[in-house]
Amino acid sequence: MNKQILATSLAALTLASAQVAMAARDYISIVGSSTVYPFTTTVAERFSRATQFKTPVVESTGTGGGMKLFCQGVGESTADVTGASRRIKQSELEMCNNNGVDVVEVQIGYDGIVLANAKKLAPFELSRRDIFLALGKEVPNPDGSKTLVANPYKTWKDVNPALPNLRIEVLGPPPTSGTRDAFVELAMEGGCKTFGWIKAMKKTDKSAYKAICHNVREDGAYVEAGENDNLIVNKLVANPNALGIFGFSFLDQNADKVQGSLIEGQAPTFDSIADQSYPVSRPLFIYVKKAHADVVPGIRQFLAEFTNARAWGEEGYLADKGMIPLPEEQRQQVAADVRKLNALGNLAAK
Amino acid sequence: MTDLTQAQVRERIAKRLASRHRKEKLFRGLGIASIAFGVLAVVILFSDIISKGSGAFMQTAIQLQVHYDAQVLGIDTVDDESLAWANFSGVIRQALRERFPSATGRSAKRELYSLVSSGAPFTLRDRLADNPKLLGGSETVWLAADDDVDTFVKSLKGSEAGFRGRTSDQKAGWIEQLLGSGELKKRFNTTFFTNGDSREPEQAGIRAALMGSLFTLLVTLTLSFPIGVAAAIYLEEYAPKNRWTDLIEVNINNLAAVPSIVFGLLGLAIFINFFELPRSAPLVGGLVLTLMTLPTIIISSRAALKAVPPSIREAAMGMGASRMQVVFHHVLPLAMPGMLTGAIIGMAQALGETAPLLMIGMVAFIVDVPGGITDPATVLPVQIFLWADSPERAFVERTSAAIMVLLSVLIVMNTCAVLLRKKLERRW
Repeated sequence: MNKQILATSLAALTLASAQVAMAARDYISIVGSSTVYPFTTTVAERFSRATQFKTPVVESTGTGGGMKLFCQGVGESTADVTGASRRIKQSELEMCNNNGVDVVEVQIGYDGIVLANAKKLAPFELSRRDIFLALGKEVPNPDGSKTLVANPYKTWKDVNPALPNLRIEVLGPPPTSGTRDAFVELAMEGGCKTFGWIKAMKKTDKSAYKAICHNVREDGAYVEAGENDNLIVNKLVANPNALGIFGFSFLDQNADKVQGSLIEGQAPTFDSIADQSYPVSRPLFIYVKKAHADVVPGIRQFLAEFTNARAWGEEGYLADKGMIPLPEEQRQQVAADVRKLNALGNLAAK
Repeated sequence: MTDLTQAQVRERIAKRLASRHRKEKLFRGLGIASIAFGVLAVVILFSDIISKGSGAFMQTAIQLQVHYDAQVLGIDTVDDESLAWANFSGVIRQALRERFPSATGRSAKRELYSLVSSGAPFTLRDRLADNPKLLGGSETVWLAADDDVDTFVKSLKGSEAGFRGRTSDQKAGWIEQLLGSGELKKRFNTTFFTNGDSREPEQAGIRAALMGSLFTLLVTLTLSFPIGVAAAIYLEEYAPKNRWTDLIEVNINNLAAVPSIVFGLLGLAIFINFFELPRSAPLVGGLVLTLMTLPTIIISSRAALKAVPPSIREAAMGMGASRMQVVFHHVLPLAMPGMLTGAIIGMAQALGETAPLLMIGMVAFIVDVPGGITDPATVLPVQIFLWADSPERAFVERTSAAIMVLLSVLIVMNTCAVLLRKKLERRW
């Protein structure tokens, strides 16, 4: 009996190694942001149905993790495409270039970040300044002097008398998340800049400016609720006094349970994010490895599908999935760049 | 000594006996209470999962009268090439327009077209490919409804208004009209068992993940069982008891308690970066899980060998059997049930593992059902995790349904373990 098992396992192993030797990768490998994942997967599926190519394999690794895998080098074992919920950083681009990777940047659309609460209460009407004052670790002294104090605000009414008398409790993603990065940059820094003297610091002492504007309070008012946005939605339903931070597509799908807060008087809707009047929205990107374009089958066709109006257009299927499309002119520009596969040079130059 | 009458003694004994009985009862009560707690937890878990997930086994479908009009399709003959670019959505749109002629205007038509799943054209394509004579003719087919429609229909209970979500009044009206005339029905969801993952909940299935789990476990079993048993036999039957074997034993016990993500990192470094095996493949997943389950199998196999009474070995030796003959003819058959139980428990543990697979790229969106151990694949628990993280409402019930599938696989495996043990067990 044991002999048999041994023999089969040996046979399986030899078979396996033979298979490995033969297999050159014939599918596209995609990594990157969990925010871009729903969109890349949708395109991947449609692409494989419309063409003879295999379905690309999409891993959700987070923007930073994706960049690491993507910039590892050129070759079959590295990813062809990575998704990012923010632009590539100069340091990441350098890492890529040092490993011989030429990067093609494709901006695919926008994503709105919403601050939502359960439908039992009225929606909040916030300004970015309110958000900064409620969530900053250190905020300007309420007495008006140009000094900082540890955040003294306990309730929304303390922050702004027009807001309800509820304890500040915001459920949001942890620091590893791209959603959190974007929220901090767009909402908190946006509010932080409304203080003239802090804004002036940006020129004189950039690191101090960043420390003030980007640090989220850690005294329990901001609760790190993990990366699963569905979980945050469920927690908001259970606790109507809390606000939650997540991507627009989750608001879209759970419109019966939660509602988005108005920011600077703008409700987060498809149209307000598309025309940029809703202030907390961020661009989404995919980055493509130029050297793989003619090695791995289907990359050019995949990009063509992605930049086709039926995918990323105003009435395309990505819009149904909650992605906010780019304006028409920009779409044409990006699509033209993608066809030529123009590699990204220096970020500062662009 | 004090003088106690017999009656007094009896009274004291009775008293003590009563207190002992009380304690006994209390202890038994505690035992029953803890079992009841466990059972309650299981019942709550199962009823929650089943109530949420049972809906996923039914899928809303819409009955349409479609005409395979060659002009609309834009093809003259039925062959692979023409089928690839034939306009099947046009056929569906035409059928929908005929059913609801009142829908005019761009946005109303868009609403109308979104009643049917975006996968429906492929259903028609397959039907036409199977039966080319249909070209130019017409038939009545059931097509899967879009997930928004599905969620809406499933949330309708009696007279209560259901979850509208993104469904407009007009669309809801159409749905109710179709429901009333029996052209919209919930049918058994075969797609769930035949398809791989999809971004569209109505087209998403568990098959790719199930096959991925199967291939991964196959690799794990073929490697870890022989290696584990061989190691256990050597350590138990041959190895001298000295400092080295003690050290090995301590290390094996330690490895059994190492967090599984560490094995994933190891797998990434060795199998993918050094041996350059493909990412996302069940082969690498199986190798990593082999590392993880080996300690479990070695420990349980050693325990099974230890439980074989020494008299059997001595008797065999006395009859002139060699060491190897003793092991293979006598000890191993007797220890087999215990070893198999250990192996199946190890496999069940491996089946539920996600963390080590994260590092080797098996936490991924896989549509194509894997056909071998080097095809990209994912596994059941990863599929559950991915669906739980998806925004679409219809994935909530699919998440629970996938959990039900995983649980039934586990139950089957554990039942096998019990049956095998019952069948092979020998008493002496």
